[in-house]
Amino acid sequence: MVTDARVNTETVLTVEDLRTYFTTRWGTVKAVDGISFDLRKGETLGIVGESGCGKSVTMLSLMRLIPMPPGRIVSGSITLDGEDLVQISEQEMARVRGSKIALIIQDPMTSLNPVFSIGNQVEEAIEIHQDIPKRSIVQGALEVLRKVNIPAAESRVKDYPHQMSGGMRQRVVGAIGISCQPQVLIADEPTTSLDVTIQAQYLKLLKDIQKDSDLSLIFITHDFGIVAKMCDRVAVMYAGRIVEHGSVRDIFNNPSHPYTEALLASVPKMDRDVERLFSIEGQPPPLHDLPVGCSFADRCPVVMDKCREEYPDSITVSDGHISSCWRASE
Amino acid sequence: MTTAEQTPQITEPGTVILEAKNLKKYFPVTKGLLISKVTGHIKAVDDISFELRAGETLGIVGESGCGKSTTAKMMLMLEEPTDGNILFEGQDVHSSSAAVRKSYRSSVQAVFQDPWSSLNPRMRVKDIIAEPMVINWDITRAEQQERVLKLLNDVGLNEYHSNLFPHEFSGGQRQRLAIARALALNPRVIVLDEPVSALDVSIRAQIMNLLKDLQSEYNVAYMLIAHDLATVRYMCTWVAVMYLGEVVELSPVKDLYESPSHPYTKALMSAALPSHPDMEQEEIILQGEVPSPLNPPPGCYFHPRCPAAMDRCSIDKPETKEISPGHTLSCHLF
Repeated sequence: MVTDARVNTETVLTVEDLRTYFTTRWGTVKAVDGISFDLRKGETLGIVGESGCGKSVTMLSLMRLIPMPPGRIVSGSITLDGEDLVQISEQEMARVRGSKIALIIQDPMTSLNPVFSIGNQVEEAIEIHQDIPKRSIVQGALEVLRKVNIPAAESRVKDYPHQMSGGMRQRVVGAIGISCQPQVLIADEPTTSLDVTIQAQYLKLLKDIQKDSDLSLIFITHDFGIVAKMCDRVAVMYAGRIVEHGSVRDIFNNPSHPYTEALLASVPKMDRDVERLFSIEGQPPPLHDLPVGCSFADRCPVVMDKCREEYPDSITVSDGHISSCWRASE
Repeated sequence: MTTAEQTPQITEPGTVILEAKNLKKYFPVTKGLLISKVTGHIKAVDDISFELRAGETLGIVGESGCGKSTTAKMMLMLEEPTDGNILFEGQDVHSSSAAVRKSYRSSVQAVFQDPWSSLNPRMRVKDIIAEPMVINWDITRAEQQERVLKLLNDVGLNEYHSNLFPHEFSGGQRQRLAIARALALNPRVIVLDEPVSALDVSIRAQIMNLLKDLQSEYNVAYMLIAHDLATVRYMCTWVAVMYLGEVVELSPVKDLYESPSHPYTKALMSAALPSHPDMEQEEIILQGEVPSPLNPPPGCYFHPRCPAAMDRCSIDKPETKEISPGHTLSCHLF
């Protein structure tokens, strides 16, 4: 299932030392605290973690959709196509958003407008970014709806979201996402509300579209199954930081951060019996009051004194496999 | 109430506690506002049978709309079956006296998916957990509170938690509270409706392990409704695969995962997410969606989506056959 994307080394998106903080009455919440990664053409990057680990804020920062205030991108850069998305003006960002970098969010019931027909909503996306005659817009909308395998697209363009099933609605959201041929498509848990069989159809569809158009995908998920099926590379996030980053096989075969290891051991397996699942005790730390050292130290089964004093450096375990753990350096 | 009910009954693991026989639930579809007439029936559950055994777990899997939740509601006596019987320790529940029905209701408890909406935000933990005892048992306040503390301890919480309100707990802890409440009356059966799917990945394992530990301690039977097949494999002894209100395959868990037989089960297994990037999976992508239960296709309900459909599948309805001990399925291929 997983193709080796290292053949293509053209980088589309580079994120460097991105920090997004929120000012709240409890203090500064460091939702994303210094993450860096790059995304190559045609590859799929998975960002995995529990809720509150900063994966959705990462996604919103990439789209520049952070509510300001209370949020703020404090530092860092997001380079897409030679432009730094952190520095450009809101008008310029409106041009980029949807045309070069697009988003599919989790719940198709709330991401579509219930009072406009689906044709209308797909056309809107094309109209904003492309200066072409009305007839071509309608034609273009039909084409993307066919591309996402909506049966009888000609008659369904007049349908409203409530007339479609969840799987179909999610396809429409996908159609809007790819309508302007973006270079990067971010999918934030796109299949959590779908049935397994519909999920399989949808994931296959995304793979096919990616193959056709050399699209780079970022999958934001908490599900290692989706990572195993879809991703080429994985970034595991914990408490606002990337704790481990590597190819999907590095992560599954030799996880080097105890958090990754624990997460993998806590998931039940489809293909074999597990006597007892490993369970990670405790809760993630509150983001406004992070410990001085490693944020995972309190839940870590192999914690050392050093872990509580200093945040670990990023250590290269093998080529392209990076882990932030003092144990990895030994 | 007698004290006999308040002492947990120890049943040999494997004895049948509850039996569902040919259960059906049809919902009428009406037309017209003043003079409404019934124009058809939605066959939400259509002739299903299964057994729940002490210390064992029956998993029910299937797509949305296949009737899993209606089945759970009938087990909890929240829906009256249109036809068929529920036998609890050999006794038909629906034709029994009010007293038997009341004791059935306290012996069959539930844990729901969303611990944010299943716990009353205005009640303290000690009152939430004590409520079933207040209603069903004639015991003093002190005895209730003693039991609340024991239950909190059983589910891995502390005594001081009993004075708090639900909003002071995290998702995993709330699910523990819901489990403590379900255990309050020493139930024989607990219906678990997606008990971990609203929780975070790292918390899921804690709750699944807790449920397994409590099961081996109290020998309670679980009926688990879940859509994640890996969770079902970890938790269950038996699995029933449902499609459009019918059980198409019922089997011991190992058989089903190692050699799924019904084409629908195979398709579900192939659609499930792999647990490793190198895991080999047969690729069967089912076309279309589940047909409407108002107007199910003739013959085998699955034939319009079945990759192995034959001519007779659209005409004859397949019988339920036993292909190995305990493993039954309905398909013309066997």
